[in-house]
Amino acid sequence: MSLLNHTATELLAKLESREVSSAELTAAYLKQIETLDPQVQAYLRVLPESALAKAKEIDARRAAGQPVGKLGGLPVAIKDVICTQGEVTTCASKMLETFVPPYNATVVEKLRAADAVLIGKTNMDEFAMGGSTENSAFQATKNPWNLECIPGGSSGGAAACLAASMAPLSVGTDTGGSIRQPAALCGVTGMKPTYGRVSRYGLVAFASSLDQIGPLAHTVEDAALLLAVLAGHDPLDSTSADVEVPDYRAALSQPLKGLKIGVIKEHFGEGLDNEIAAAVQAAVQEYEKLGATAKEISLPHSKYGIATYYIIAPCEASSNLARYDGVHYGYRTDEKAMLAELDAERAALVKAGQQQEADNLDTPLVRLYRQSRAEGFGPEVKRRIMLGTYALSAGYYDAYYLKALKVRRLIRQDYDHAFKEVDVILGPTTPTPAFKMGEKLNDPLAMYLEDLYTVTANLAGVGGISIPCGFTKSNLPIGLQIQAPAFAEAKCLQAAHLFQQATDWHNRRAKLQ
Amino acid sequence: MTLTRRDVEKVSLLARLRLSAAELETMTPQLDKIVHFVEQLNELHTDGVEPMAHALDLRNIFADDEPRPSLDRDAALSNAPKRDDECYRVPAVLGE
Amino acid sequence: MSERPYDIVIGLEVHVQLKTRTKLFCRCSTQFGLSPNTSTCPVCIGMPGSLPVMNREAFGLALKTAVAINCHIPEFTKWDRKQYYYPDLPKGYQISQYDLPMSEKGWLEISDPKGEFEPKKVGITRAHLEEDAGKSLHDEVAGKADSRIDLNRTGTPLLEIVSEPDMRSPREAKAYLTELKLLLEYLDVSDCNMQEGSLRVDANVNLHIHNGEGQKIATPIVEIKNMNSFRAVERALAYEAQRQYEVYQETGRTIGQVPKQTRGWDDQAMVTRGQRHKEESSDYRYFPDPDLCPVITTAAEVEAVRNNLGELPAQLRVRLESTYGITPYDSDVIVSQGRPTVEYFVTLAEATADGKRASNWVQQEVLRVLNETGGAISDFPVKAAGLAVLVKAVIDGELDVSRAKEVFNDMVATGKSAAAIMQERGIEKVDSSALKALCAELLAASPRIVADVKAGKEQAVGAIVGQAKRKNPNVSPGEVRAICLELIQEM
Ligand SMILES: [Mg+2]
Ligand SMILES: [Zn+2]
Repeated sequence: MSLLNHTATELLAKLESREVSSAELTAAYLKQIETLDPQVQAYLRVLPESALAKAKEIDARRAAGQPVGKLGGLPVAIKDVICTQGEVTTCASKMLETFVPPYNATVVEKLRAADAVLIGKTNMDEFAMGGSTENSAFQATKNPWNLECIPGGSSGGAAACLAASMAPLSVGTDTGGSIRQPAALCGVTGMKPTYGRVSRYGLVAFASSLDQIGPLAHTVEDAALLLAVLAGHDPLDSTSADVEVPDYRAALSQPLKGLKIGVIKEHFGEGLDNEIAAAVQAAVQEYEKLGATAKEISLPHSKYGIATYYIIAPCEASSNLARYDGVHYGYRTDEKAMLAELDAERAALVKAGQQQEADNLDTPLVRLYRQSRAEGFGPEVKRRIMLGTYALSAGYYDAYYLKALKVRRLIRQDYDHAFKEVDVILGPTTPTPAFKMGEKLNDPLAMYLEDLYTVTANLAGVGGISIPCGFTKSNLPIGLQIQAPAFAEAKCLQAAHLFQQATDWHNRRAKLQ
Repeated sequence: MTLTRRDVEKVSLLARLRLSAAELETMTPQLDKIVHFVEQLNELHTDGVEPMAHALDLRNIFADDEPRPSLDRDAALSNAPKRDDECYRVPAVLGE
Repeated sequence: MSERPYDIVIGLEVHVQLKTRTKLFCRCSTQFGLSPNTSTCPVCIGMPGSLPVMNREAFGLALKTAVAINCHIPEFTKWDRKQYYYPDLPKGYQISQYDLPMSEKGWLEISDPKGEFEPKKVGITRAHLEEDAGKSLHDEVAGKADSRIDLNRTGTPLLEIVSEPDMRSPREAKAYLTELKLLLEYLDVSDCNMQEGSLRVDANVNLHIHNGEGQKIATPIVEIKNMNSFRAVERALAYEAQRQYEVYQETGRTIGQVPKQTRGWDDQAMVTRGQRHKEESSDYRYFPDPDLCPVITTAAEVEAVRNNLGELPAQLRVRLESTYGITPYDSDVIVSQGRPTVEYFVTLAEATADGKRASNWVQQEVLRVLNETGGAISDFPVKAAGLAVLVKAVIDGELDVSRAKEVFNDMVATGKSAAAIMQERGIEKVDSSALKALCAELLAASPRIVADVKAGKEQAVGAIVGQAKRKNPNVSPGEVRAICLELIQEM
């Protein structure tokens, strides 16, 4: 069996026993990337020199008997929405094509301290807005299971690099399903932790009250390994929770007696693909076989999740993305051309006797903003900025934003009620398997509905994980979503691990040449 | 609420986006459709429901008033599209 | 109050930089006058991924001030984003407070020691905590060259204090600002330096014109900006009142008929000028900042702040007047100088047991010298206890006031004690029998003067006082005068 078919946990054991060195392992992954990434295009940038240097440094330390961090030289891929000091961080946007952060995100600091080897920055939908990774300004990542299909998004690169064995661990972000949905579509394990569990410092904000960094991996055990490194209170993030981080890996080995699972009634309605419904029902039966009790539960407001999300997220995004104005960093339009165009417009209006219109033209500064933003952002980002700006503008705040915040409370209360009855809740991660590239590109609303089952966890702030639970007849992965109460990631991981011990869907890897 | 092209144009100034005629053409019906979709929330009675702006109920998060090193100027200005030795540069803001 | 056919209605918005070491949401220094862009970090530049964390001290200073201006402190407060585009605002929004400010419904009492207006309480609508913007450095050739942006100031904590439109004259507005500034200085929450921009004032003003039928017509509200001193505020308001009256007479336009206008004060030309204002630019799209958490302040915490405010100007004035018997005018002058001057006065008044005399000495001598030299009372060479020795000597008749002032000047110049200088100058109390003998001797030599006095020209005795002083500089003119008059009467 090839080295790259192992799980991160197995590789860590090999590193620790010095059966393999971090440098060898890193080189193997770099080779795999070189071979396969031209087809998959999961990475925006690979960092071979710094990765190998770090790997050698860790190997030397281990050889000298010095302490080595929890990740012990394992390569880790990072979504390009997380700031890496001195390394370009683009958010897959032309706006930040040349942006080099002068600081590291807290999770990057933690990964470095844990002796992860940062192997590259992965592709995504621009500013994490999208569900297919087609909204990247630079490249469309392909689904390793079928290169004609999308890998999901926005952490499409993060999921695809695992599915193609181009990294053993990867870090993604999830605002409405952006870890769980690509994990499901690429047949890997991906977890969105509870809001506040992982520091957002250095995560380029899309929707601040929803964004959360989380692990993607081949197995629950691997995800637990990575989450243990990412999680924890950060004084640099005011929304980071000062809640103790349990030993997730240790939790996995604890017996899970009398697990009560709730099956979400509303997630089996209209729009759900038949094969996915069958696979998830089978998973529920598998749980019952393993001794869990299952009962149907209701999240009555979950059907309003998408509408609520598509008010709150764009409102926050319109504000978070206001900083990209071509002044302090990022893309700026060609000023000379812009000024010449403005002068020509003015001259034409004056000549036509339209003095009023000429006076109302943008000032050079306003035009600089508008032109830079028009050229720097892609269509989906513009759409959401427009939507959020509209919803927050004078006269509409109460009808849209405030209304959405109230429904958000109702959604949260649904979860609170459900978790009084059950330990975890189960359902499909996505309504459909991976679809063909381009299929939903011109129908934003259809794309938004991809997040139907995942957004509510972000709105409520609870954690959720997606694990593979089957394949369609056309050999596309199916994801099972398990959600747990806030800060009960250990319970969520335990429940997911239980399933993976009894099944082998997670062991399958896409076959690419 | 039906969104008109004129509404979209107004919002585009507020959002500091310059949209081409073609973009206005495609975006107006798209936004209109999304706005109609989200208006389904009006089905719900929410009187007396407390708005939820944050996912976590944290309170009184403060840092101490202890100075820490700032970036050195070159690092601060290094990403600026246009700058001089000391400052960011933009077209004149006078008359704004 | 006035003969004008209108009332002026004034509300003030004051932005005060709070005296913290670091910024509101990051730990960059707030020091004034640093080289451009040397006190910034990812947070205050608004770099992608950076997040704000609120400065505990800034909140504490804001709370202290809000309590001191008699505001109600709601238990719950939160921060909102105020969104607009400007190059000195790197995030594209200012973190401020919108619908649930940290304090509201307070007041500040103003009065005029000269009695030009009745004492009144000016209502305070709200005071909220927000971040400052950076600075745009404009090139001289307007509209042609680039503007340069310095973000050192970005993120400095500001307390915005909004008054009710309760002031009715430029003088009241100035009194409000003066009292507020004094209070802030006593609280030690701000440097209050208008030149450095740590205190900034905008005014909202309109007129209520008497139409002669017992009704009042309101003119459109104008916001005035760019006033760089309290005097400028006073002048701008006076100018603006007159201008609005003229515009009203010309156009007849009343409030609501035109949108609120913003005008800038030109201190050179002494006029206000209209500023370009686009309709859309005031749609700030406020919403709660998802990166920051609300703050809860309990009633007990507010009480603790209230109990630790120390004695504030208004209370201090009353105490000085009642304890030391000085006039409201005098207490105002002393309190306005700040706490060290008050302490100086109190020490002097206690040691001499004569408040009025202490007040005169502080105002006429100590403050005069400080004004001339520009020094601070803490560095003043003559300490209150040392001055008390001199003043007591005057009270005891050991020397007269004019000689005492000479001694004082020497004390200031040399730093020596009153006793030492009096000794150097040979000042000593003249024995009363010796003085009587001297007076008798001089009167005997000047029968003409005696006759004049007897004829009712009492002032003629002044010549004898002069002669006595020449004979012995230590004599007290008052005493000489009194003795002479007594002796003449006996003659
Ligand atoms: Mg303000
Ligand atoms: Zn800073």
